[in-house]
Amino acid sequence: MKAVCWRGKKDVAVETVPDPKVINGRDAIIKITSTAICGSDLHLYDGYVPTMKAGDILGHEFMGEVVETGKNITNLKVGDRVVIPFTIACGGCFFCKKTLYSACDNSNPNAGMAEKVYGASGAGLFGFSHMMGGYAGGQAEFVRVPFADVGPLKVPSHLTDEQVLFLSDIFPTGYMAAENCAIERGDTVAVWGCGPVGLFAIKSCFLLGAERVLAIDPIAGRRARAELLGAKAINPNEVDVLKWLADATAGRGPDACIDAVGLESHGTGFVPFVDKLKTSVMLATDRPNVLRQAIMACRKGGTVSVPGVYAGMLDKMPLGAAFSKGLTIKMGQTHVQRYLKPLLGRIERGEIDPSFVITHRFKLTDAPAAYDHFLNQQDEFGKVVLKP
Amino acid sequence: MPTTLLTTAIKSVAGQDSKVARATEHLPTTPTNVSSAERWVSLVAGGYLTTCGLTAKGPGLLSMLSGGYLLYRAATGNCPAYQALGVSMSDSTAPKTAIAAGHGTRVQHAVTVLKPAVEVYRYWRDFENLPRFMAHLVDVDTTADGKSHWKAEGPLGLKVEWDAELVSDIPNRVISWRSLPGDDVDTTGSVRFEELPQGRGTEVRVELKYDPPGGKLGTAVASLFGKSPDQQIQEDLRRFKQILEAGEIPSTKGQSAGQR
Ligand SMILES: NC(=O)c1ccc[n+]([C@@H]2O[C@H](COP(=O)([O-])OP(=O)(O)OC[C@H]3O[C@@H](n4cnc5c(N)ncnc54)[C@H](O)[C@@H]3O)[C@@H](O)[C@H]2O)c1
Ligand SMILES: [Zn+2]
Ligand SMILES: [Zn+2]
Repeated sequence: MKAVCWRGKKDVAVETVPDPKVINGRDAIIKITSTAICGSDLHLYDGYVPTMKAGDILGHEFMGEVVETGKNITNLKVGDRVVIPFTIACGGCFFCKKTLYSACDNSNPNAGMAEKVYGASGAGLFGFSHMMGGYAGGQAEFVRVPFADVGPLKVPSHLTDEQVLFLSDIFPTGYMAAENCAIERGDTVAVWGCGPVGLFAIKSCFLLGAERVLAIDPIAGRRARAELLGAKAINPNEVDVLKWLADATAGRGPDACIDAVGLESHGTGFVPFVDKLKTSVMLATDRPNVLRQAIMACRKGGTVSVPGVYAGMLDKMPLGAAFSKGLTIKMGQTHVQRYLKPLLGRIERGEIDPSFVITHRFKLTDAPAAYDHFLNQQDEFGKVVLKP
Repeated sequence: MPTTLLTTAIKSVAGQDSKVARATEHLPTTPTNVSSAERWVSLVAGGYLTTCGLTAKGPGLLSMLSGGYLLYRAATGNCPAYQALGVSMSDSTAPKTAIAAGHGTRVQHAVTVLKPAVEVYRYWRDFENLPRFMAHLVDVDTTADGKSHWKAEGPLGLKVEWDAELVSDIPNRVISWRSLPGDDVDTTGSVRFEELPQGRGTEVRVELKYDPPGGKLGTAVASLFGKSPDQQIQEDLRRFKQILEAGEIPSTKGQSAGQR
């Protein structure tokens, strides 16, 4: 089959590789009909995520048709149309039982590696480094799905691939980011980053009853998309973000702040410059401009919700401000399985059509160009879907 | 922390695509026996020496070789020299793996399994299940009189066998066993089960001791069990938990990949 393989920093290639096989009894093999490129893939592409190996198959947002099942799979049959969560979860551990699926104890074959780095291992993830399990991803023609009796969601035939594909990650991710804000009627939420995750966060804030969403992104095309959803958006390179948020809320600050940017956030000025210097000499690994601003902006007793990915060490976090204001900070990989059915329900009821984030469609074999555009032409390129 | 920081750091020092950077990708699973402070020293010194060696501005080939060696230690937390000597200076494992002169190797580890004690106990009590999660065991045969025959195999294909008997067996609480005198291996083991309240699972605490008696196989057996036994029991118990909670051991063995 054809698969998109990571070769090195800023280098992906479509290669011909053996078709996946069932390895364990709870596996299923899926023939992929649609897959997407995520902002998280850009962290791999940019070389920010350690323990990638040349030849690793990328992709964690995908859906398709069941073509084979392991001997213990009874919930799926050949021909079923399914969306696959990017978090691999066993369903039987303490964390899965608590619906903290992305913290599953039993799905990362390389848990020992992650334990050395983080003290404990999260769930295995598709196509997301060896430390996170080394599972082959779904930017391919076929994929092997472990614990297929827990993850895959059967989707009704009257919904198109593009309407349900993002249940695999970014719709639940944006939704969980908003849910973590414990939104009350009348709330104002500030959202940094108007990429696909930020857009789903904005939409979800409104679904959950927010009065107002204030969005921040340096890229005009992305701000325009946020405004289409009803947010008010500014360019952090032209406007003093903290002053703008304080003014907009007449001094109180947003009730909640969402960092939908993560470890590669851009910034200008002296501190971001020092961050960049530090990451290049390894005194820090991640660039936390947005997280700093979110903590400084948030109102007393508010919530900072962080769907943006962080991987290592941060410097100069205003923890004193977070403490003195009594903030709640929530973060982590999305517990995707928890949101599949409720969000499918919202799609079926017409409350949201997730295909709104798509800007471009490519053939799977054009993935190298698609990665390049998604990274370098963000003004025009939002969510990119690949078709095998 | 170490893997993230160190691999990235090495890349930034030696270059993303340099041989050194690539080499670090292939070495993540060796046992850790270098303390974190030493790893940082190794990293900094190793990075410096390797860069000097590679750019031929500094002392040349010799520093490149020793620099590469230190980087390897830093990146993997594994020092081949320590390992060959059976020494561990690692902060986390030092007290547990130190081999007291002539007294074999003792390892302890605990894990919480989200199942009632009765189920967890029952699975362990059937010693024939042990090879499913203990990497070095090939086969255990039990006989009706509470005795069992154990077969183990080491990394170099080295085979050892012994007979064992039950020492204590309190259902849902504790099982302990020891090898019978006169065999190649002198070993004892115990496992304790403690059920947590409110359906929070069962704590499983395992203690194993291997005492190579010397003689013809003494050294060989020591190397069989003495190689990072701490990490081995950790991985064994992880598999035990996976079998009980998930019904299978997660794996990517034999999956497809592009050109490596
Ligand atoms: N938690 C999870 O489970 C999960 C799942 C999916 C994605 N993610 C993460 O969410 C983040 C966003 O994903 P995406 O697909 O939307 O990525 P993306 O790269 O398309 O979007 C990021 C956006 O942030 C903007 N940005 C950069 N610096 C900024 C700054 N200083 N202030 C405001 N905006 C800034 C960029 O212009 C861009 O529009 C990534 O970190 C991704 O890894 C997390
Ligand atoms: Zn994603
Ligand atoms: Zn689990």
